[in-house]
This record gives sequence, structure tokens and C-alpha cells, in this order.
Amino acid sequence: MVNSYIPKTYKEALNLLAQNELLIIAGGTDLMVKFKSISGLLPKFKKDMLFISHLAELDFIKKEKNSIHIGANVTLEKVLNSKHTHYLLKKALLIMASPAIRNMGTVGGNIVNASPAGDTLPVLYVLNTKIVVESLDNKRIIPIEDFIVGPSKTILKENELVKEIIIEDKSFDYMVFEKIGTRQADAISKISFAAVTNIKNSNISDFRVSFGAVGPRIVREKELEKKVIGVTIDELNGMCNLICDNYSKFITPIDDQRSSAIYRKKVALNLLEEYIKSIK
Amino acid sequence: MAKIKFTLNGKEINITIDPTARLLDILRDQYGLVGVKEGCGEGECGACAVLINEVIINSCIVPMGTINNKSIVTIEGFSETKRYEVIRKAFEDEGAVQCGFCTPGMIIASESLLNNNPHPTEEEIRIGLSGNLCRCTGYNMIVKAVKTASKRGEGLW
Repeated sequence: MVNSYIPKTYKEALNLLAQNELLIIAGGTDLMVKFKSISGLLPKFKKDMLFISHLAELDFIKKEKNSIHIGANVTLEKVLNSKHTHYLLKKALLIMASPAIRNMGTVGGNIVNASPAGDTLPVLYVLNTKIVVESLDNKRIIPIEDFIVGPSKTILKENELVKEIIIEDKSFDYMVFEKIGTRQADAISKISFAAVTNIKNSNISDFRVSFGAVGPRIVREKELEKKVIGVTIDELNGMCNLICDNYSKFITPIDDQRSSAIYRKKVALNLLEEYIKSIK
Repeated sequence: MAKIKFTLNGKEINITIDPTARLLDILRDQYGLVGVKEGCGEGECGACAVLINEVIINSCIVPMGTINNKSIVTIEGFSETKRYEVIRKAFEDEGAVQCGFCTPGMIIASESLLNNNPHPTEEEIRIGLSGNLCRCTGYNMIVKAVKTASKRGEGLW
């Protein structure tokens, strides 16, 4: 049996993290499954637990000039229903898990869980999301692609807590989110794909693409994106095969119980091809 | 161990308990609320669904440490309401119950949906029930039952 801490305030949570080695639990939708025991017994947590889902300081959604700030404790369902939420994030949330899971699971949890198949992640990557983490004496703002370093691995330190995420609030001419899964609800993605594009005077002015569940991390290649900035729509369509070839190197899926590597790679590249051809 | 305060089917409860204990186990073992079923135990089948602060949640993955000051309503508590009567009758009339194991969760999902959206479209009903598995009915009768309940329960939600 482990010890559990239920702090009254956010400050108290940071204090506890400064003094103890703790596993932070918010909604628990991932951790309660990961550490599941036999029915009737306590979950097999290895570390003392810090409960944070009740902390009101982390439960907010606010719109600022060019960004949306979402507290780490906001449930996925609340994000889905907020008028401030970006269209593409709503699209991902609508087919994520089920109402019962979305009522508990949090945005902070989906990020810190750092699953390559995390449903919000491809969208958060293309929207240039930043993660705000705090400890008792420090605050860091980290781009999401630097925050997540591998499956279930982030650079969050033992004494730090994710406080909020900052999402770019920008509209795009072309936006897409696709999820391939076995069952519509509750399925863990076999492949997910998010892309946004802006056109200015029939030239590509902004182009961002990300893939989920096709490697240890979400794939977003900014160098490849730069190569199409400034080209015309016709040129972009002409470059379609080349772009797919370039991305092919970065799409390195695995075989597992949900799908095969060969299927994942083929479908990921098909989604990219279809997206490029949709830009007219 | 920690002191947790919550309301269970309208009654105030104060208990000292391990905050990592599953709400599902506490409801069934300590309070005898066995209408709350355990199916998958991983949040994917919805058999253990309860209402927490009026929305559907899977009690198999809820640690007790997260329910302080919240209101929990199980199928037993909900069965004392008029809304339940309407949903129950609609489930009976549409043949939405076969083996019955998923039914408490399905009824909780129906209530959570109708409470938020009293006149759902068929698609909205299917999304509302999407976290609940039924291996008998093929779902169409359940979807129809929710539609019927929505019509008959005009003004209740």
C-alpha cells in the first residue's frame, strides 16, 4: 500500500512535490488501467500518490490575443464543449474515448501520459502547443515536441507539475484530423493524422503535418514543412510524391496487437497524399 | 488513508479510506450497490457507469481520492426518480434489455445524455451510448428506447 496526498491548494501540491517522490494522478483514466489489480484489491501503484484533479487553480480555459490557455485539470469533455476550443482540437476530442472517459480524463494527463497514440497530440503538435510546468521555485514553458521525448517519457522533473497548456489560436484554410481505429469509441488509434495549411495569393504560406502512432513519438518535421512554403498550389500537388517519400523516412511504426507496421505506414502516407490533393 | 466526504444517492457520507481504492469496489462491497456491474474493469465497457455531479463516469477507474465533495448517483439511487421510470418503461417496450448486464450502465448513459440534451438525434444518441457495450441487443433497440424516452419524458429533462 502506498501513501496518498490530497492537497487543498495548488501551492500545497508544489510543496509536496518538492519534498517527496510522487506519482501525480489527475483523472486516472490511464493510471488506474496501467496499475490495475484484481477486482476488489487496490491498484498496484509503486510510488506515493498525489491527487490533483480537485485543484481549482488548474481548472480554467481562457482566451488571450493569439492563444488559448487550458488548465491541466480541465476535463476533455469541458474542452470539447468550450466555445474557445480550436476547431481541429474539437474534431479530435469528439471521437476520442467515450463520454464517460472524457468526463474524467484531462488534457494535462493526455500529454504527460505521452502515448504515441494519444489522441489530442497530433493536433496539439500542429497548433504549436506549449506546456507550462511549475515547481515551487521555477517555471518553464516548453514546446510540446521538446516536452515529450518517447513513449510515456517527458522531461517533467520529479518536483514539477504541468500547470497549463497554451495553444495557438489561428484559423486555417485547410484543416484535417483523421483517426484510424478498430471501434469508433474507446479505440486506441492505429494511426492518427493532423494537418493545417494556409494559402496566401495562391501560394502556400503555412503548412504543418503530424502523425500519431507511427513511431515512438508524434512525427512532425518542420524542415520538410519549410520546403513547401512559398510554392503554388499546383506546385504543391506536383510535389505530392516527393513529399510523401520525404515523410516516409520518418514514419517508423511497429507491429503490435492493434495493427501491423506495413499497414500503418501505407495508411499514414495515403492520408498525407489525400490531404495534399484536397488542397486546390 | 484519508477522510473523504461525498454524497451517495442523496445521503451524506464521511469515510476514512485508502484514496487509491476503486469507487466501484467501495460501492459494491461496502454499500451493497450491486446494480453497478464490473465488466472490463478498464473503462471500456460502461457496465460500472455511475453519475458523478450528474455526468456519466466509469466507476472502475475512479480512485476514491478524486470524489471529495462530489455527488454520486448509482442505478439504485436513480431508480427512485420519474426520469428512471420513463427510461425503464421505454427500455421494456422497445425490447432494449436481454441478458441485462449492460442495462444499468445503459440507463445511466441515457440519463447523462438526456440531462444534457433532452432531444438528441439518432447520431447524438449513438455518441452518447458509445462507451457502453451490449453483446445481446445489437444496439438498435436501445437507441430506439432512448428516442422513445426522450419523447415520452417531455419536460422531465
